[in-house]
Amino acid sequence: MAKVFIYPATSLILSDLVARFGHQPLGAALSIRERIQTAGVESPPLQITPEDPKRGLKYAAVEVPSGVRGRMAIYGPLIERAEAGVIVTDADFAFGCMGCARTDELILFSLRQRGIPLLELAYPKDEEEGVAFVAAIRRFLAGLKEGGQ
Amino acid sequence: MTQKVRIAQIACGPEYSGVQKEIYDAAAAVDAEIFFPDIALADIRRAADEFGLDVRSADLKLAIARAMALVEGEVDADAVFIATCFRCAEAAIVRNELRRYIHEHSNLPVVSYSFTERTTSGTLLTRMEALTTIARRRALLAREEQAGITLGVDSGSSTTKAVVMEDNAIIGTGWLPTIEVIKSADDVVARALDEAGLSRDDVQAMGTTGYGRFLVGRHCGADLIQEELTVNSKGAVYLADHQHGPSTVIDIGGMDNKAISVLDGIPSTFTMGGICAGASGRFLEMTAKRLGVEITELGPLALKGLSKNVPMNSYCIVFGTQSLVNALAAGSAPEDVAAAACHSVAEQVFEQQLQEIDIKEPVFMVGGTSLIEGLVHAMGELLQTKVTVPRHSQYIGAVGSALLASGYIREE
Repeated sequence: MAKVFIYPATSLILSDLVARFGHQPLGAALSIRERIQTAGVESPPLQITPEDPKRGLKYAAVEVPSGVRGRMAIYGPLIERAEAGVIVTDADFAFGCMGCARTDELILFSLRQRGIPLLELAYPKDEEEGVAFVAAIRRFLAGLKEGGQ
Repeated sequence: MTQKVRIAQIACGPEYSGVQKEIYDAAAAVDAEIFFPDIALADIRRAADEFGLDVRSADLKLAIARAMALVEGEVDADAVFIATCFRCAEAAIVRNELRRYIHEHSNLPVVSYSFTERTTSGTLLTRMEALTTIARRRALLAREEQAGITLGVDSGSSTTKAVVMEDNAIIGTGWLPTIEVIKSADDVVARALDEAGLSRDDVQAMGTTGYGRFLVGRHCGADLIQEELTVNSKGAVYLADHQHGPSTVIDIGGMDNKAISVLDGIPSTFTMGGICAGASGRFLEMTAKRLGVEITELGPLALKGLSKNVPMNSYCIVFGTQSLVNALAAGSAPEDVAAAACHSVAEQVFEQQLQEIDIKEPVFMVGGTSLIEGLVHAMGELLQTKVTVPRHSQYIGAVGSALLASGYIREE
């Protein structure tokens, strides 16, 4: 089983596909759950505190907007843990949606820099492309071994 | 119990910056509630096409769709708060265009703000208070004449001012540097009452504004405790005798600046703040001190100088002072340095704040700094328009408070 970062990180469909084919999806839910379950923190709605943008300084400089650094405090550690990644570009909002384009650019760059196996594919436009889309993801995940080799 | 003012939040990033709770807290402190306009996925797709601003960030597309839902009446709100991350260019474009769009196509009061992770509810409080006042107290703000005997106190960051008004005229004034907030207020009230030949018992109603408004208001038993954005707007159009139609009010304060687009005496859009004290009256105070002149002499001195002879345009008061010291050390004339300091402050307010509101003539400058002629001149040059300073402009907050407080006079 490999740890697979999913993009869009909020995509439940992608998360489910990765889990269904026997790997551990790394997405937004993991980090948000961690924060929401932290007792004593009172920072609705996501329990992200002003400390998170400061932790995000590890991934982006201080002149980068706080929203980008706060998001990177969520996704940066997941990217570091990832052993593989599935990237879906131009996804429909309903498939999974990330709020900030600058963060998206940084996430994708960081993933590519890691040198881990990555599958990058465009969101399907019709049923035929949809079948090929799922098959491609399945093939990629089936080829991943323990540790993403 | 009064109904909560419903403020629609249109934003990108506050929940990821850890400041959403600060926004909630600021709204709750003025008995308002923040809500997010509820829209469908199809609305976002339509908004992206129809609004015509092709942004990449999905949260900004959502912001555009929410603004359109408010303007089209699909969602009801009393006011709008637009917030995006400081230093994000894409968000700054959207924030500015949405503010303009909502202002032009609806009657909703709007405030826009760019936050960092350091933004606190205290920073947002005055803005939220102004939003709720505009939404909740339109009847109070409609007052155009002062009646009876009223007292207004403006407890500012640099100076405390008081005026006594009777039958629509100012009959007593007091002005002192703010040292101990309550004592300074007591002293200016005593001066104003003394000049008016009245005692505290003669005062039928009292209003307070400025940073110390809550403390002074509670101490004096004020009938009205009100933030300075609405009070100064009201005071400006009252003193300038321009209570109807559009106008712009600029108040360069000791600690922060206000730029307010006013319609019929009520703010429609406004900005408040400043990145650094380099763009505030405090910098001019420091300049006067370094030049060895009284702050009252700085304006006339600046009018004799040429700002372009001295390079000075720092956002930071420390670097600004450095430019000032360097210029004097290089042999620059004090009048040129004074002019450059005025130009620097005016330019920063112009660049940082006046771009966020719609400048509509006439333009009024108010507050203590409006008495610095060099600053008014520099602002007029930048705006390419005549800037009017109403009589008693340094008492603007106190006058606005006294005017509005007369709505609280109980009939005998």
